[in-house]
Parts: sequence; C-alpha cells; structure tokens
Amino acid sequence: MTRFLLKHARIVDPVSGLDAQHDLLISDGTIERIGADLSDTHAETVDLTGNIITPGFCDMHVHFREPGQEHKEDIASGVAAAAAGGFTAVACMPNTDPPIDTAAVVSFIFAKAAGLPVDVHPIGAITKGRKGESIAPMIELRDAGVVGFSDDGSPVHNTKLLRTALEYASMLNLPLIQHAEDPFLFAGGAMNESLVSTELGLPPISRLSEDAVVQRDLLFTEYVGGCYHLAHMSTVGAADAVRAAKARGLRVTSEVAPHHFTLTDEVVRGFDSNVKMNPPLRTADDVRAMKEALRDGTADAIATDHAPHAGFEKEVEFVYAPFGIVGLETAVGLAFTELVQDGWLTLPQLIEKFSTNPRRILRLPELRIAEGMAANLTFLDPAVKWTVDAATFRSKSRNTPFHGRTLTGRAVGIFNNGMLVLSR
Amino acid sequence: MKVLHTILDEGGFDRMISRLAHEILERNQGCADLVVIGLRTRGEFVAQRLAAKICVIEGRDVPVGVLDVTLYRDDVRNHLRQPEVRATEIAFDIHDQHVVLVDDVLFTGRTIRSALNALIDLGRPRSIQLVVLVDRGHREIPIRADFIGKNVPTSRGQEVRVRLREVDGDDAIDLVSIEE
Amino acid sequence: MSSLSIPHLLGLHGVPRSDLELILDSTDTFLEILDRPIKKVPTLQGVTVVNLFFENSTRTRISFELAERRLSADVVNFSASTSSVKKGETLLDTARNIEAMKVDIVVMRHAAAGSVKFLSERCTSRFLNAGDGAHEHPTQALLDMVSIRQKTGTLEGLNVCIVGDIAHSRVARSNIYGLLTMGANVGVCGPASMIPYRLEELGVRVFTTIEAALDWSDVINVLRIQLERDAGADFPSLREYHNAYGVTRRRLDTLSKDLIILHPGPINRGVEIESEVADGPSSVILPQVTNGVAIRMAVLYLIGTRAE
Repeated sequence: MTRFLLKHARIVDPVSGLDAQHDLLISDGTIERIGADLSDTHAETVDLTGNIITPGFCDMHVHFREPGQEHKEDIASGVAAAAAGGFTAVACMPNTDPPIDTAAVVSFIFAKAAGLPVDVHPIGAITKGRKGESIAPMIELRDAGVVGFSDDGSPVHNTKLLRTALEYASMLNLPLIQHAEDPFLFAGGAMNESLVSTELGLPPISRLSEDAVVQRDLLFTEYVGGCYHLAHMSTVGAADAVRAAKARGLRVTSEVAPHHFTLTDEVVRGFDSNVKMNPPLRTADDVRAMKEALRDGTADAIATDHAPHAGFEKEVEFVYAPFGIVGLETAVGLAFTELVQDGWLTLPQLIEKFSTNPRRILRLPELRIAEGMAANLTFLDPAVKWTVDAATFRSKSRNTPFHGRTLTGRAVGIFNNGMLVLSR
Repeated sequence: MKVLHTILDEGGFDRMISRLAHEILERNQGCADLVVIGLRTRGEFVAQRLAAKICVIEGRDVPVGVLDVTLYRDDVRNHLRQPEVRATEIAFDIHDQHVVLVDDVLFTGRTIRSALNALIDLGRPRSIQLVVLVDRGHREIPIRADFIGKNVPTSRGQEVRVRLREVDGDDAIDLVSIEE
Repeated sequence: MSSLSIPHLLGLHGVPRSDLELILDSTDTFLEILDRPIKKVPTLQGVTVVNLFFENSTRTRISFELAERRLSADVVNFSASTSSVKKGETLLDTARNIEAMKVDIVVMRHAAAGSVKFLSERCTSRFLNAGDGAHEHPTQALLDMVSIRQKTGTLEGLNVCIVGDIAHSRVARSNIYGLLTMGANVGVCGPASMIPYRLEELGVRVFTTIEAALDWSDVINVLRIQLERDAGADFPSLREYHNAYGVTRRRLDTLSKDLIILHPGPINRGVEIESEVADGPSSVILPQVTNGVAIRMAVLYLIGTRAE
C-alpha cells in the first residue's frame, strides 16, 4: 500500500469540469479523496504550490528505437524522457528493427515497458515490414494491443494498397496514421522548398509532397470510410484540406509537432542538422496556419514525433544527416510559450491537445480526475522561466534545436501506475 | 603629436634633390644603365623628382619604376599588420642595370630589406644603390644608405614626418614627438 | 580598409561590398607576379595549406595549388578517392585528423551544401570554400567579376546573365550574390525546370528563352550542362538543350553589340557553347583561368595574413 498526498495544486480537468485548488489523496494508484486541507501521516506528501494538476498527457507519436537501434534510445530511456516531459502515455511508431508487424514484437514492447510509470502503446505497421507492398496482419496486431496503424517514416503510396488498408482498418475502428509524403517529389530533398532553399542550394522538398498526398488520402477516406489520422501536419494546404474534410463530416484527425508551430525554415541557414526533420520546417505562413489549426480544432493533438539520433549520426553534412529531433522534454514548455502565452490556446484547450484528444484518437480510456478513478496525472508549472539544457535530457539522444532556448512553463512531474515521478 | 622642429622647408627641398641627383651622377659617371625605383608610397614621388632632375642635368630620360614591398614584409607574415597591397609597376628589365632605390626615411632598415628581396626576385641588377631623404638612425638590420639627404638623430619617441606636394599638398620634413 | 571583415571565405552571400572590392582591387598585384621571371613571393612562407577535395576537380585544385605555391606556402593535397573517407570515416573525423597536423588554411571542395561552414565551425583553421554542393563557389564568382571588370572597367549597372542549370549551380549562386552586391543587374536563363523556386525575389531577372537573354545582356556567363546529372531528368536531351539554349555564332550575329562571354570550364563544345564562340574574340575564357590563380592568391593572402 503506497499513499501519496498532493497538496496545494490547482486541479484542471475539462472532462469533469474541475478547475479549483484541491488536495489529492492517492492510495494504491487510485484517487481516494479530493478535498481541502487534507492530511495523512502515512502518505508521502508533495507540495505542488503554484502547480497545476491535469489528466495525464499522451504523446501519440514517438520513436523509441527498441528493438534494433538501442544506441539512440530504448524503451527505458524513452519512458524516462516522457515522464520528464510530463507524459503518462506514449504511442510508439513501428519503424523499429524488426518493425512492429507481428504480435511477437508487440509483446516484446509491452514486456519491456511493464512496471514503468509511462504506458507504452505500440502502433502497428500498415504494411509488412513497412515495405508498402502488402498489408500487415492488422487483426493479429489489434488483438496483441496496438492502438493504431502507421508506416511512419514512410508513406503508404501505392494507391491500391492505401484503399485496402483503409478498408481493413475501418473494420477495426482504429486510426490509420499516414505520414503524408510523395516519394517522387521528396526524393533527395533536405529542406522545405522556399526562398531559403533557393539561396542555400539545398535539395528542396516542395509542400506539394504533403498537400497532394493529404488531398488524395482524404478523397480515399471519404470513399472508403475508416478513420484517417494525419501525422505531423505542417502546411497551410494540409490544414485547409483537413478543415474542409472535418466540415464535411469525415472521420479525420490530425496532429502538429511543436517544432512546426515554433520554427521556420529560416533557421536552416545555419546548416545545423538539428533543424533537419521530416516534414521539414516550413515558412512563417505555415507556422501561423498550425497555430490557427490548433485553435480552431483542425489539429486535434500535439504530438512530438520524438526521433532520437546519436550525436555522431547527426553531426555530419546537412544533406547526409538523418531526419528527426527529440521532443518529449521540450513539448510542454514550447506549447506554453508559443501557444498559451500568446493567447492561441487556453489552458483547458492545451489539455485537450495533449491529453483528451490523443487518448480519444487512440481509443484509450478517458481520464477523469475524480474519487475512485485511477490516478493518471500530469503536473505543470505554467509560469516558471527555464532554459533548455540538452545535457540534462533523460533521453539517450541530444538532437534538439532548442538547446539554450528560454521557455516559460514546463511539466514538473507525473503520477501513473502508482508511481510518482518528479522532474526536478 | 607635436612638431618639434622643421628639418627641411619647401625651398630646401629642391636644393636637396638637386644635390642628391648630382651625387648619384658623379658616383655612376653619368646615367647610362641607370634606373630609378621608388618605394611606395612617398618614395615613388621622390624617385620621380630625382629622375626629372637627372634628365634636366644630363639631357636624357631615366626609367622610373614603383616597388610595392607589402608581400615581402616580415610583419605581414607574422600577422602583425595587414597594409593595403598594391601592384609593383616596373615596366623595364632591371637585369644588369644600376638600380637606384629611393625611399623617404631610413629607420630600422626592414623595409629596405624587403625591397632588396623583391628586387632580386625581379632580376639580377648590376648594383643596387640606396638614396634616402632622411636617415634617422636606430637600424635593426645591417643596412646603410649610399646617398643621404640629411642625417637626423632621433629618439624612439620621435618620428620624421615627410610631406610631399603630390600626396600631402606641400613639401616639408618635420621632426615630431609622438609621446603624450 | 585593407583587411577583410570575414575570417573565412565561405561564400559571397552577405559579404560586404568593401570586402569584395578589396579582393578585386588586390588582384592586379598578384597578376603582376604571374608575369615575372620568378613567379614567387615569400608572403605565406611557413603557412601550411591543405587542399581538401572530396569531389574530383583537377582544374580548380591546380589553380589553388599554383596560387598557394606562388605565395611560398607549404601545400598538402587530400583527395577523397585515395583517402580514409572510403573506409567510412566521417567528415568531422577526417577534418579533426588534418587539424591535428597543424594546418593553417583549408581549401575545401565537397558535394554537400553547407559542409565547408560545418567544418569551419568545428576546426581552428581558416577555410576557403572551393565549392560546396549547389551552394557556393566564391572564388569562381570573384574571378568572373574580375574578368568582366578588366573589359568594362566597372560592374555597376552592367547586365550580366548566367545561362544554364541554375538550380544545381554553385557558380550561379555565388555570381548572383557577388554581382548584386557590386551593383550589377543580374539575369538568369534556362529551361523553367532548371530555375530555382522564386529566384526573382532575389532581384534577378529570369529569361526562359536564350534570345531574350542575349538581347538584354552585356555579359553572359555560360554554365556547363552536367552530362552526368541532368539529361533525362530536368530536361530531355543535350540535343534539345543545344538547340534551344546553345550560345552559337548565329545567335550572337543577330545582335548589334559585342557580348562578353564567360564560361567556368570545362567546356562541352557544341552543347552549351559553340567552339567558335568559346575561342572567339569576345570570349574571356582563358583570361578567366589566369585571373583565377591571381584571385586565389589575393584571397589566400587576405585570409592567411589577417590578424586574429
């Protein structure tokens, strides 16, 4: 029996309508009491004055690299990074080695994640081996416990296969998560096609690659049915298409990564591969469109696309560097600084983007902060000014463009699975 | 910077140039195979005046050239200074000629050392003779002038400032103090 | 002002006009040295220069090497095909090893844009970019500008047009940045598929027909069509390119003016330029080569003797 007493925090839960200062008494991982001035001599007491407690955050797009590339990250270090970033749940992408296209790999991941404070939910591959040639055993994967399907890292570009996958996944009522990219337009590209790419002579990736694929995919979704989720949306065109599709009643959802509402492709002028990711950083118009999309609900979730790479892999010529940056430990800080501080999102809306919506898209149980419910909580300090220091990351990797950046607001801990993890 | 006294004024200039020109012609028994090369910047103009004077005396033109020694300076190689580098303009062959090298002030001797290296790279003169308007002492290298306008003993805190009509608007040589 | 404001020569983008003028104006000094019987000055004696060439380029490397030797520097050559890069050594490790050998100046050519800047931020040597991917080739643009100026006296107000595969060309980019800084009017000409995205926004005129380009220009810089890369992808064939964009005697004869013709070399005779034009009186292609050595001497001198 372990008991925790969380005191003096402001509890904000959009689902139960709570927004007030209360103490929380947790026993054996369940919320026993919510009240004022609670005390319990047998409980570990934590003073959360100035902090906010919300339902646990879920990052629905991370790459934990285990099995196969454990030098970049493994499930243990990924979970530590997630907890430090304020997440109680993550969904991890299947581009591991071997990929998550069999029940065996799903079981492996669950086994590795057992007993950890962050729930790790595998996402199954859409196609066998993620090769884009034939569909993976989705029913087997669903039975093993995946929360969605994606070939992320790669698109499903074979149109016949895309149709088949949508039809198959629609029976299972799980989202088909598409990495929207046209391999012919993308090939060899290293950065967004813009005036910056023209000046730098870097091979360009046109926004057509994302826009054209999203529009086609939405046509298919409308025709076939099924639930389509757009991973790491980044362009004005994609946001417009998703907005129109939602207005027409399609079951379409989307996510935006923090770097796409924070940085533009101007930063690529430094040729630092820590600003190289896929989709690439776009223009100021696109950044603004991502913020609008989050505000008006076109973008349902914030998801980091946490993509760890070792230092020696990233510290090479820009065109040869692998795509991707880590994101778990900076997401909440960036969201507070870029979205809440500037008035794009209110705090309850932020909670929707980080918790309510991603969990709903992945069909995870809805969280409520109420007596008798499981304690699955994120602790936030909305006002603290802090400077990102990559050397203190719990992730194995340091590939972030935000080192040295001063942010306002951050996650300070989580409570889940009966375990308390404080960031500092 | 304070002018201590004037070494040479406008009037004295022409007389000094005349006297030096006569000395050069006497030593070389005329101006056959003689070429005059001035060091940038002011040496160039002194060279032109000397050559003009020689032409008046002998009735013959003497070739005049300009030498830029920036690329040969030892302080440039040691990152101590980066003066503007301009082209050397010597339109004639110095091989087997008597080169009269002209500079305004002889001080440590390093500039002349650079000039000798530069000249040797351009050809093999029969002789190199040095003419300066002022020798102010304090040699750091064993260099001496063949023809001297005036010997002016100086201290380290002083400088010999040469002004030339072509560059500065008037002719004068002043001893100045550069200490506070 | 007789010192550069920049410690490395990574490109011409953002380089102040005063720096460009200093380099261009210094070239005469070094051209004079190339005419002497002893083509040497001791200025970079004791300075070690490594030519770090990850991409094959005989002519640029030789030009740099001549420039370095004329300044009495000690020269080391590193070419990727005979090196540890083939054994999988990263760029950074290669450079660190070279730096550990106490090299003062690195002249570098590499296929990846930004790679010279990348190393200049991680090593203590001074870097000269001899071409990085499609990004910049500053000494080429400088020697092009010197060659033009020798004929016209000034670059200000001149109509200079670059013809060819602009999108993939570092020569084009460096020329665009340098010429714009020096006050020239810059144009480009090539098939639309070879003009980079929104290039007009840099203040460059875009011509998709050679006739319009020649009509507008005072000077043209004809780029080499890359046989290895371009045919079949961005344009259908060399034949089509020649017919549509080739700089031929017939096309030049329709103009009532003499254009100055530049080409960075090597020339694909009969493709982007006709032999007769390349060898004709308006061509400054050979002076470009001589100027190339002098410009590289000027840059080596200005970067190599610059105070810390």
